Amino acid sequence: MVANIKDKAVIVGVGNTKFSKDSGVSELSLAVQAIKTALDDAGLQPSDVDGMATFTMDSNDEIEVARALGCGGLNFWGRSHYGGGAATGTLHQATMAIATGMAEVVVCFRALNGRSGHRFSSGVSGEITTADAIHWGWYMPYGLLTPASWVAMFTQRWMHNTGVTKDALFEVAHSTREYAVNNPNAFFHGRSFDRAEYDAARMIADPLALFDCCQESDGASAIILTTPERARDLRQPGVTVCGVAQASAPDQEQMTSFYRDEFAAIPEMEIAAKNVYQMSGLTPDDIDAAVIYDAFSPIVLWQLEAWNFCGFGESGDFVLDGALRADGRLPTNTHGGQLSEAYIHGVNGLVEATRLVRGQSLNQPSKNVDHALVTSGVGIPTGGAILGKLD
Amino acid sequence: MTPEEQNAFEEKIYAYSGAQVCARTPAADAVNPAMIRHWTEVMGDNNPAYTNEEWSASSARGKTIAPAAMLYVWNQEGYTVTTGRASDPQTDMVELFNEYGFTGVLGTNVTQEYFREVSPGDTVHVEMVIDNLSERKSTARGPGYFFETLATFTDQNNEKIGTQRFRVLKFIPQEQPAAAAEEKLAVPSRIASPRGHDNGWWWDACDNGQVLIQRCKNCQTLRHPPRPMCGECQSMEWDSIESSLDGEVLSYTELHHPKIPGYQYPLICAVIKLREGTNIVSNVVGCEPSDVYIGMRLKGKVEQVDEKNTLPQFYPA
Repeated sequence: MVANIKDKAVIVGVGNTKFSKDSGVSELSLAVQAIKTALDDAGLQPSDVDGMATFTMDSNDEIEVARALGCGGLNFWGRSHYGGGAATGTLHQATMAIATGMAEVVVCFRALNGRSGHRFSSGVSGEITTADAIHWGWYMPYGLLTPASWVAMFTQRWMHNTGVTKDALFEVAHSTREYAVNNPNAFFHGRSFDRAEYDAARMIADPLALFDCCQESDGASAIILTTPERARDLRQPGVTVCGVAQASAPDQEQMTSFYRDEFAAIPEMEIAAKNVYQMSGLTPDDIDAAVIYDAFSPIVLWQLEAWNFCGFGESGDFVLDGALRADGRLPTNTHGGQLSEAYIHGVNGLVEATRLVRGQSLNQPSKNVDHALVTSGVGIPTGGAILGKLD
Repeated sequence: MTPEEQNAFEEKIYAYSGAQVCARTPAADAVNPAMIRHWTEVMGDNNPAYTNEEWSASSARGKTIAPAAMLYVWNQEGYTVTTGRASDPQTDMVELFNEYGFTGVLGTNVTQEYFREVSPGDTVHVEMVIDNLSERKSTARGPGYFFETLATFTDQNNEKIGTQRFRVLKFIPQEQPAAAAEEKLAVPSRIASPRGHDNGWWWDACDNGQVLIQRCKNCQTLRHPPRPMCGECQSMEWDSIESSLDGEVLSYTELHHPKIPGYQYPLICAVIKLREGTNIVSNVVGCEPSDVYIGMRLKGKVEQVDEKNTLPQFYPA
C-alpha cells in the first residue's frame, strides 16, 4: 500500500540548458544554469530553495550547487538510484518532502556531460568489488557491456513473444523525430529521416539500429516544486503532481533481470502504473499526452502496455494507428524525446510533460491536455507520474 | 601559444574571413562531351541523359546535360598547377597557419548545391571566397581551425549554376607519445569480473573448468547468479552442483557497435536456460550469427578465451 500524496506538490518552474555534444563547461555549471532558468520561469530566487533532489549518478553535490547558485541553507536533499530509473524518482522525493512539510521549495535536477565526459556507450567495467561491480561481472566477460546490448536482449525476446516487428520500432523513432524537427533545442532540429534511411542505418546491437538509440548528450534540466498554496502566487500556471510512484519488482537486476520466469517484461513499471493510477484516481482514458522514457525505441512500446493504454503485445498496432502523433490518441515525446531532443536522463521529459499541461509545448496538441504521463527508464527499478492542472 | 599570442594570431587569421580568392573567371574549356564521357566512365554512371545524344534529343530537355556533380570539374586548373601556383588570399592564409605550427591539413567535407543544368557549349565561371573561419577547436588530430571556401558557379549569362563549400581543418599535428605506441603492442583481453566473497568461488571453479550452480542447503533451491542468502527460505547455508552445460537460447543479441578491445567479433551474447533450470548469460560460438535463434539447443564448454579469462562458451548442440 502506498500513502496518498495526490496534489500535495506543484511544479512551478522548468528549465533546460542548451543541449550539445561538447558543452565545454563543468557539470556543475550545467546544473546551476538549468536551475536558474527554472527559478526565473517560476519567478523565484535561489534563496527560496530549501530542498534538492537528483540522481545518485549525478556528480554535483547539493551543497556545491547551493553555494554556486547562492541558495541559503537546505532542509532536504534526497537522491534516487538506478540511472534513468531516477527521472521521476527525483519528482517522487520532492513531492514527499513537500507533502510532509520537510521542505517548501525543492529543485529536481540532472546535469551531465554524457558525450564529452563519461559516455554510457563506453560500457561498464571496474576493479572495485562492490555488489554492483560483481553484478556487472556476470556480463562483462562476454561482451554484454552497453545499455543498447542489455535492451537488445529484452527486445529480441519480446518481439519473438509478441510478433511485433521493426515497423513499430520505426514508428516510435520516426514520430519522435518529427516532433524534434520543430524544436530548436533538439539535436535533430530540422532533420527528418525516412524508412529507407532508418533501415540503412548501422546496427548497434541486433535488433537495435542507430535510430532506435538515444544520443549521448551534454546538458542539464531542472524543475522546481512547491506547495499548492505558494504555487498559486507564482508566475506560471501550476502543474500539480496527481500521482507519483517508484517501484522495483521481484528478481530485479539493474538492466539484466534475465532470471525471471518470463524476462521479456517490465513488471516494475506495471507496479508503478498501478500505484500512480490508484493515487491519482485516474485511468488511462484520462491521460491526454505523454512523455515516455525513450532511451531506446522498443521501451516506449512496453510502457504503453504497462500503463494499460493497450493490452500485452498490442502496442505495435497501437502506435501503427498513429497514436503517438500530434493528432493521435496519445501524443508522445512531443519535445523529440531522448531519441531526438537529447538524453538528459529523462529530466528533460519532466520539463516537457509540465509544458504539455501548461499548454506551452512547441508541439502542443490541438486537444486539451488536462493530464500528462511522464515515466522513468526501464529494465531497472523505475517509476512514473501523472501531472495535471492546479485548480 | 599564450592567450595574447593566440589573440594576435586569430586577429590575423580572421582578417581573411570573406576574402575573395578569385574573381569571376571563365573555365578554359566550354562544357564538352569528351570530358563528360571521361567523368561518367570513371564514375560508372550510365545515365543516357549525359552521353546519349540520340536518346537526349527525344527527352524533355532535347539535349545532353553535364552531371550536376561535375560542377567543380570545369574550372580546375589542370597540369599548370604542378609548375607552381600564383599566390592568392587562400594560399596566403594557409602559409600563415603553417608559420604558427598549424601544418596539418585535412579536407573534412564538401557540400554542393545545384540550381541550373549545363549542356555542351555552356561556359562555367567560378568565383571563390573564404568563409566560416571557426574558433579554435580541440580535435582528435590536434588543436586547429576549420575554414570553408565558398565557390559560386555561373554560366555565360551570369545565371547561377550552383555552389560548393569545401571545409578544411588546419591543425597542429599531435605526436603519438612513445608510451602509447608501446601499449598498442600489448594484446587486450576481455574485462574480467571482479571477485568478492559472494562470487569469487564461482569464478575460481570456472578457472578449473567447472560451471557451478549455487544450491540452498536448507530448501535445495538453485540460484544464479550467486547471492549470500536464499530468497526462498532465508538460509545462508549453501553448496553447489556442477552444471551439465546443456542449454537452450532464451534470447540473444549480436553486438555490432561499439567494438570493445579484447573481444572477437562477430560476437553473440545470449541468455541461456540450463537443463538444471537456472539461466546464465554467455556467448554462442561455433556458428554464424544468422544461425542463432530463440529455442536453439546448445552445449557449453569451459574454455580459456584469452590470457586472463576462462569462461563457459556455448556451441550448437
